[in-house]
Amino acid sequence: MTLTTRRGATKPARRRDRAVEALWGYAFIAPIGLGLAVFYLWPVLQTAYFSFTEWGAFGGHTWTGAANYLRLIADPEMGRALVNTLTYTVLGLLAIPLAIVFAALLNTKGLRGVGVYRTMFFLPVVTMPVAIAMVWRWLYNGEYGLINLVLSLVGIDGPNWIADPDTALYALVVVGVWSSVGYNLIIFLAGMQAIPKEYYEAAAIDGAGPVRQFVKVTLPLLSPTAFFVSVISVIGSLQLFDLVYVIGGSGSSARSNPAFPRLETVVQLFYERAFVTNDRGYAAAIVMALLVLIIALTAFQFRLQRRWVHYA
Amino acid sequence: MRKSARLGAAVFGVVLAVSACSAGGDEPGAAGGQEKVTLSYAMWDNNQKPVMEELSKAFTATHPDITVNVQLTPWEGYWTKLKAAATGGAAPDVFWMNGPNFQLYASNGVLRPLEEEITNDKVDLSVYPKPLIDLYTFDGKHFGLPKDMDTIGVWYNKTLFDAKKVPYPADDWTWDDFKSAVAKLSDPAKGVYGTAAQLTSFQEYQYNTIDQAGGFVISPDGKKSGYDNPQTIEGLRFWTDLIKNKQSPDLKTMTDTFPLQLFEAGKIAMYWGGSWNVSEFAANDYTKDKVDVAPLPKGQKQATIIHGVANVVSAKTEHPAQAWEFVKFLGSKQAADILGKKGPIPAYNGTQSAWVAAHPEFKLQTFLDAVAYAAPFPVSKNTAAWNEAELTYLTKAWTGEQPVEKAATELAAAMNALLAKE
Repeated sequence: MTLTTRRGATKPARRRDRAVEALWGYAFIAPIGLGLAVFYLWPVLQTAYFSFTEWGAFGGHTWTGAANYLRLIADPEMGRALVNTLTYTVLGLLAIPLAIVFAALLNTKGLRGVGVYRTMFFLPVVTMPVAIAMVWRWLYNGEYGLINLVLSLVGIDGPNWIADPDTALYALVVVGVWSSVGYNLIIFLAGMQAIPKEYYEAAAIDGAGPVRQFVKVTLPLLSPTAFFVSVISVIGSLQLFDLVYVIGGSGSSARSNPAFPRLETVVQLFYERAFVTNDRGYAAAIVMALLVLIIALTAFQFRLQRRWVHYA
Repeated sequence: MRKSARLGAAVFGVVLAVSACSAGGDEPGAAGGQEKVTLSYAMWDNNQKPVMEELSKAFTATHPDITVNVQLTPWEGYWTKLKAAATGGAAPDVFWMNGPNFQLYASNGVLRPLEEEITNDKVDLSVYPKPLIDLYTFDGKHFGLPKDMDTIGVWYNKTLFDAKKVPYPADDWTWDDFKSAVAKLSDPAKGVYGTAAQLTSFQEYQYNTIDQAGGFVISPDGKKSGYDNPQTIEGLRFWTDLIKNKQSPDLKTMTDTFPLQLFEAGKIAMYWGGSWNVSEFAANDYTKDKVDVAPLPKGQKQATIIHGVANVVSAKTEHPAQAWEFVKFLGSKQAADILGKKGPIPAYNGTQSAWVAAHPEFKLQTFLDAVAYAAPFPVSKNTAAWNEAELTYLTKAWTGEQPVEKAATELAAAMNALLAKE
């Protein structure tokens, strides 16, 4: 299409132009769109459908209406899995202030070996979660673990961290926070470097010291980043599975762990119903409930952001 | 949701991959003539892959028109993958089956009944231990031929016995003998225990003592739980008492460090384990010259749980005749002789001497002698469901949170509810 025809085009023709353009747009996003539709959207819809059915172990399903959801509400195991998951999610948010503090320290001008520190903090992010979990499992071992060895040097008899109902979930949170600080830190570092220097110069002229600058300039301008990180980490925490599966035990050694009632997460319960006890319709209902919870909590966070997020 | 979508995609992918494999396997031969066929054969044990390939070659040597493609899927993913494949109608032609999963597959029509073939070819089933034949019988029909077998024994650490001057277990020892040995061998100050009351492996622990006490796990018709039976409870109390008396590590310790690891570190004097532990203990630098094996002690009666893998045929195989030929070969004496030299104990009676001779340092005959009084592995249509309940309820008895009678009675109620749904 040339410029001359466009200049002379009437209104409907311009609309046609736009339609053609839109068509091309769709054509370009088709590969990814199709992939999403086939591998994400369609399974979601199917799962939603199956959550209203009872599944045989080898396919074949019968419509049971809301039976799975009624059972879900009455299932004490679902209740405690929810409590565990939400506790983990809330405690996991500790990674955000920690990451901000470390990011601010790493952002200090003239810090030597900053590359080394950044690499160290980021290392857990590029390490496989299962490998991390294995190493932590050894560290936490009640008899032979390094943590209890160190504690015994100062006369403390440490517990069986991951097998004791009183400590297991917190032990898990420590690993979760430890492995996510690095990722959050990189995002916060980027956010800090995007804050214009002029603000700090102005603050300095007004007599603000480094701490005051951090509180009055850095923190407010970092709030959009913090919002993003908190949305992402809440969603991630609600889907916790791999860490607890390796640290808390998998297969029969998960349930025989005395701390299991305090460790079991929603996704773990889903996994057991779907792939161990052949109860797939119910498993589908579990993940649909989780999906609703994730959407609700995310919407809630978006509402809340008006109160505390400052866009410069 | 992302997770479940991803899982959905993964399952879909597996189904695709599996169907692609089996589709690629069928190469139609010259029209009218003898068809060239490739069978897929799924198994889970990496250690046995070479011997399975050797068996496949031996089979092709006598059946030149049939080749076998041995497909290894490690245990962790074997059943998930097989279930996805069977759901998509693309299960391998022949595959390994175990007791806990068998009825689920047989009752859902995934397996091909081999009744006619067995009758027509006059296959003698009496050469296999009867509990194994029964294990793979559903609705009166046979669905597989036993491949191997395993029984349970007491592995003991001779060094720890010598240190406490305790005589080694006799072949005819009893529960009382076992308990007094445990008491003498336990030394909590040194972190050494007479035994470990492992909760997670019922096949090696609870099922044996339940049978020895005269109890049962599931009624023969598979409809009723035996966990509220007083004798069954005695079989469980055998273990919880040991923990209470500090003659076994507590459950927290066994969660952190598995009993097998404790045994291999010289912290446990007696470890109840299967015949499959032979290769592990023979290779381990600590255990290879310090341990030996004795029969399980006798309670009300003598008993050991027997289990074995069977070869089964997919109901949807396109080559049922060839698949049966292969299964028949795998169940033959010729195949058992090859298997016994390299793998687990062959199920075929009279072919086990090579297995015993492979490790003269251990009294492996113990495991074969146990077949005479072996008890069947308890299963039902959805074994996995009540296997989970066993752990959920008995954990409370193992930690001492609940008396064992209470935990077992609650387990019986939960298990009965699950059995009613089957």
